[in-house]
Amino acid sequence: MSNTPTPQGLTRRGLLTRSLALGCSAAASPFITPVTLASTPGDARLVVIVLRGAMDGLDVVQPIGDRALRQHRKTLSLGEEGGAQDLDGFFMLHPSLAPLMPLWQAGEMSFAHAVSTPYRDKRSHFDGQDLLENGGNSADGGMTPGRDGWLNRMLSLLPGAQAETAFAVGRGELLLLRGDVPISSWSPDNDMDLSPQAQLLLGQVWAQDPLFAAAGRTAMAISAARDVPEGMNTRTSQRAEALATFTAEQLSGASRVAAFSLNGWDTHQSQKGALNRALVELSTAILTLKSGLGPVWGNTAVLCLTEFGRTVRENGAKGTDHGTGGAALFAGGALKGKTVHGDWPGLNPSQLYRDRDLMPTADVRRYAGWAMRDLFGLALSDVESQVFPGVEMGSDPRLIA
Amino acid sequence: MQTAQTAIATVRFGTGAAPGQPMANNRQTLMDQLRAEDPGPGRDYTDLAARAKLLEDQSESRKEIRKNAKNAKALAQDITDRFRATLHQDNLRLIGRSVDSPAGFRERLAWFWTDHFTVAADGRRRTLLAYDFVETAIRPYIAKPFAEMLKAVVRHPAMLVYLNQVRSVGPNSRMGQKRNRGLNENLAREVLELHTVGVGGSYVQRDVREFAELLTGMSLEDGLFRFRPGIAEPGAETVLGRAYGGKGQASVEDVDRALEDLALHPDTAQHLARKLIVHFVGPDPAEDYVKAVADAYLQGDGRLTSAYHTLLDDPRAWALPLVNAKTPQHFLVSTLRSVGVTSADLATLKRGEFGRGILAPLAAMGQPILRPLGPDGWPEDPANWITPAGLAARVEWANRVVQQRGKDLDPAAFLEQTLGVLAPPRLKELTARAETRHEGVTLVLASPTFNRR
Repeated sequence: MSNTPTPQGLTRRGLLTRSLALGCSAAASPFITPVTLASTPGDARLVVIVLRGAMDGLDVVQPIGDRALRQHRKTLSLGEEGGAQDLDGFFMLHPSLAPLMPLWQAGEMSFAHAVSTPYRDKRSHFDGQDLLENGGNSADGGMTPGRDGWLNRMLSLLPGAQAETAFAVGRGELLLLRGDVPISSWSPDNDMDLSPQAQLLLGQVWAQDPLFAAAGRTAMAISAARDVPEGMNTRTSQRAEALATFTAEQLSGASRVAAFSLNGWDTHQSQKGALNRALVELSTAILTLKSGLGPVWGNTAVLCLTEFGRTVRENGAKGTDHGTGGAALFAGGALKGKTVHGDWPGLNPSQLYRDRDLMPTADVRRYAGWAMRDLFGLALSDVESQVFPGVEMGSDPRLIA
Repeated sequence: MQTAQTAIATVRFGTGAAPGQPMANNRQTLMDQLRAEDPGPGRDYTDLAARAKLLEDQSESRKEIRKNAKNAKALAQDITDRFRATLHQDNLRLIGRSVDSPAGFRERLAWFWTDHFTVAADGRRRTLLAYDFVETAIRPYIAKPFAEMLKAVVRHPAMLVYLNQVRSVGPNSRMGQKRNRGLNENLAREVLELHTVGVGGSYVQRDVREFAELLTGMSLEDGLFRFRPGIAEPGAETVLGRAYGGKGQASVEDVDRALEDLALHPDTAQHLARKLIVHFVGPDPAEDYVKAVADAYLQGDGRLTSAYHTLLDDPRAWALPLVNAKTPQHFLVSTLRSVGVTSADLATLKRGEFGRGILAPLAAMGQPILRPLGPDGWPEDPANWITPAGLAARVEWANRVVQQRGKDLDPAAFLEQTLGVLAPPRLKELTARAETRHEGVTLVLASPTFNRR
């Protein structure tokens, strides 16, 4: 076999490497949306959804009670006038998340507002996402020497965890779950990369064998859902549905921890439409998780985190630009919900961060830390020293019931 | 592949066709592959003593780290680097040897017995031990009497650790009395239930208990096997009606005698025969087939080659259709072979590239390397492998490999070379209709025929 000629234009060195290189950095490849899963003992389920692109917390969870809001925003964060739903008399929920209101009412949803990572000022998506997922502590976005993810470090704390079993569902791995505890990922939305013709033929090839026909149909359906023109509501929500369906399937079995990304939050212009699409996708993902998990939903917490917030002031293109403080969304039957957590810093110009962004008053990872402590019975000291070294955990926000 | 015999020998009993390699075509040519000794792990192999040293260095470094020593970080990093380098070599060897070897039947048997005697590579210690287990307790014995393999397995640290034998102490031994410690039945139970007579075998809880007592003393010292009479339960033990030990000090010879008897027990013969047929031929084997293989095994004094010989002698071994599914490992190795990738190619990959290109896809297909979920190993039922996720992972990975390595292959010739007469006419027709060559080749690799065995 060593005499086999190397195909033209390919060095042996090139074997697999190009495709392999695709797995390098999720942050550097915003179009890659892997699902990563790991199994651990116990009944609790944790899903972390990384909202890539920086979600506008001020539009999603609108601080209508702050009278300064209106001076900054004319077409966004419109409150009742825009169809938003009242949460607690101060905050209102973006109309596109109305399908999630029953969760709020049932105490299965909560938010944290005016939160951020320690990342400041450079406002780069890639650095911001790296820091969010790596869980380090440097304002300039540098990673810890381990260059691993906090969710992976959390797995290493679970005694006797089967955590080392995992599924790689895609070309990329989430930094969030990268690390010493082996993780594999699988990406239902990461299609098989075949032309429509090849997919058609593949369907016919599989049709020859009932076992392959059945499995292949589902694989194709999942794959087809990704094959969509950017920005079409129904199709993108199909993709989110496929991600969440697969995640729920795994979590109904041996897996306990899952993470995936939803893209499309970088709303520099025409935020109304763009954010609607992203929120439809998010609410589809959450509701699909809920229905797919059935009774397991009661033990589940879903943490939706984004790298940073957006500018308080609307820009000239009816959008917003990269900011600092933002919001996080939590859902799941394990929550003690119906609360908007956090200390509200105010929106008067003097109260803003660098006269432009929502002032962060808490580290968003603090909520993740407490949630993991409660879900998996971790020692707070371990969370502080190993999962989020250097993060100020503060007092218990009582996120979990 | 001109004949069905060649195709079946290559696919059902081998690792698939590789360009330029001779192919087995009947029982004799398959059995010939087992004649020579196993080539072994080769030079520069990190042997068990070196692995034990690495683990010892690790615990030393952890002490330093606890003391907050100045160089603690560097020490930990050094251990991690050594561990990763060893593991990478282990993975390269494990995959690369199967990819290169012209003796596909030998490779398949190595996989079969590795799975029969499952240990799991989770955590650093068990990982380092598991790869050595394959090299020193499985591969050298696949064409020897079964008792030889069984004895090697039961004294290998990987098994002693995995099934908790290292925690088992005879309650009436010196140590048991002094420290108030007791038996752990795990290894004893699994040797009976999984490795020898099988779950339907004629043993009862009392046999498990006494066998566990007999196994006390099978232990480790400095990471290597050592029989320690001080923790061995005194007195004789009766397992499946035969008494072992009881005269003088407990010894490993008593254990070996029991293992030799277990290996030749008729229930063991039945269990192994059935398992071999289910693995290589298909589910629900006819009783006369099982009996023939079991009888041959017993008449051959427990020689595994006698069992293989009769397994391959039966016309049912050579009958179509293929009903089992290739495991992900089998699919991966046969795909790499089909497009002419060699271990030398794999060795040019950086560690991370190998992880993302080989190890992660194996996990995505459902078979993380050497990490089955329990001591009963990987499932045989095709439905466990041909799932939406598993199938998509196969197609996606194969497509990547073909784009890198098989773009210039002609789909029709590729189909002929890899599946030959096994290829249904419909597959030939559909493959020919692909828009590009590489998609045609991917279609072959994604086809039910290529994924069955």
